[in-house]
Amino acid sequence: MILAAQSIADFLAGITEVIAPGKGLQYVLAAVIHAVLLVHAFALSPAIFIWLERKVAGRIQDRLGPTRVGGLFGWLQSLADGIKLVQKEDLCPPAADSLLFRSAPYFVCVASFAAFMVLPFSAGWVAVAADCGLFIILAILSLEVFGIIMAGYSSGSKWSLFGGMREAAQMVSYEIPLAICALVPVIAAGSLNLGEIGGMQRGGVHNWFIFHDPFAFIAFFVYFVVATASCKRAPFDLAEAESELVGGFHTEYSGIRWSFFFMGEYASMFAVCGIASILFLGGWNTGIPPLDDALYAARNAGASGQGSAIVGYLANVLGMLVFVSKAALGVFVQIWLRWTLPRLRIDQVMTTCLKYLVPISCFLFLGATVWPLLLATALQRSTWTPEALGVRAAAELRESVPAADVPATASGAVTAVEARQESATEGAVR
Amino acid sequence: MTGALMLSAAAAPGGSVLFAIFALAACLCAVAVVASQTVVRMAFWLVLSLGSTAALFFLADADFVGAAQLLIYVGGTLVLLVFGVMLTASGPYLKIATSPGETILGAVVALLFLCVVVASVSGVTWPEPVAADAGALQTASGNTLRPLGLAFLGTRPDQDLADGDQLSPGYLLPFEIISIHLLVVLIGAAYLARAKRRAVGT
Repeated sequence: MILAAQSIADFLAGITEVIAPGKGLQYVLAAVIHAVLLVHAFALSPAIFIWLERKVAGRIQDRLGPTRVGGLFGWLQSLADGIKLVQKEDLCPPAADSLLFRSAPYFVCVASFAAFMVLPFSAGWVAVAADCGLFIILAILSLEVFGIIMAGYSSGSKWSLFGGMREAAQMVSYEIPLAICALVPVIAAGSLNLGEIGGMQRGGVHNWFIFHDPFAFIAFFVYFVVATASCKRAPFDLAEAESELVGGFHTEYSGIRWSFFFMGEYASMFAVCGIASILFLGGWNTGIPPLDDALYAARNAGASGQGSAIVGYLANVLGMLVFVSKAALGVFVQIWLRWTLPRLRIDQVMTTCLKYLVPISCFLFLGATVWPLLLATALQRSTWTPEALGVRAAAELRESVPAADVPATASGAVTAVEARQESATEGAVR
Repeated sequence: MTGALMLSAAAAPGGSVLFAIFALAACLCAVAVVASQTVVRMAFWLVLSLGSTAALFFLADADFVGAAQLLIYVGGTLVLLVFGVMLTASGPYLKIATSPGETILGAVVALLFLCVVVASVSGVTWPEPVAADAGALQTASGNTLRPLGLAFLGTRPDQDLADGDQLSPGYLLPFEIISIHLLVVLIGAAYLARAKRRAVGT
């Protein structure tokens, strides 16, 4: 689904050279193809998740959910919903500030979709392989709240204003434990690059960062709770609390603009679950060492041109399927929670965050920093797993650089990592 | 931004087009901040202006600064600003009307500031842009995080001591001082804003 931009640019080189010489058009086309692929993938995924939401909600409430549209299991229900929403009149209440009211849904949508720019779907399958990917993705996801607040404020309605204010208070508080919990696996990995973090967890379930130390194990669950809150999902959906605020921030919206909010919500649910899957659950790694090794070998052979490029491509498709199913499982749990737990009160939401989640995440962060030192003094090693993390990181770095064009700097980096690892183990043994 | 997309955008002629688009957006939105009268509309234009500035940072291969710009200014400061307006506004759509005198005064100050900026920018002799060589630590342009972290601790692989560069002491101490300072401000603000309870019986 997402190839490196460079490969598309190379692929297009032959075609565009005929139309217009130079590289300009080729890069523009590569960028447009990426954007179209991403937007379509995540305009479609909410359709699936909304159907899942209806179906799961139905089953939990002991009814069938959608059964008619599209035949079996009502799988076309989302399309029917979508057609209904597109047909609806696009209303703007007279009391509203029309510029802000009309542009607020785009803010939410753009912020959620832009997050997928830096989210890797498989080894090397990422639109922008940024060194501080996790930082960028958290920064982009934090923009979504501005659209919600703007929608609440500009609607000219008291219900909406209350919804917007609650959302602002909630998001400003929940961003803190979210970032601190995301840092716990980062301490273990020593990198903010999501691709590198995912690559380090290959080879067995015990290598996943959720099992790296007891603090990371707890941090995963804290992260998941906080991520649920940051997507304003029940039991934390105070911004839209239907029972008291009509519809909260989206009370005055209708039609396609209303659906933009929900596309944004489902896209950000998938984004936070994708981050959880990369940080804690091994990303695109299957957790079965022989299978992982075979997939990595196929990828590297395909990339370096020694093996079949199609097999390498298929290996990446399989990695993407593993990643997407892990993230979708997270979304399923969020849906399950929504229909099982009652909604909290706003003061309970704030208490949960400020009095419990922030101190817990600070403690976990501290614990994660102390853990390697503890292991080094007690057991003379840096991790409890048989293979130390640095060895894996070095292997990763060595394999990712094709043997044919190893620049002096890259091989130098590999030896530097190895040397560091050796000195670290020596130090620990001593 | 580091990825192939932005890398190619910066290398290709498209890079300057993107720069022009975002620079123009940043400037026009900044003008719109001054021109609009509702506080929340100002915040809206400011978001667009600061967001375009972040995009300019990404185009200049300064990922970390761009993300920090988004997180701190757009995601943090502006949300707090709008939140503050919503909490304190006496009526819907609080308007700020500027008198002609204020407009003229503001324009004069802005013009003077522009003169200072133009004078100082034209006064500097800009060195030829060279690709930063951080040795093995920088694998692709835009991956600035590792060199940044090392510079934090005082290791500057991009500087050559033999070439007459000064040894950098690192930014760790200033960073720690600022962190403690912010923590003090935070506690102080919480103390000032706490609910004041009257003592019983007085």
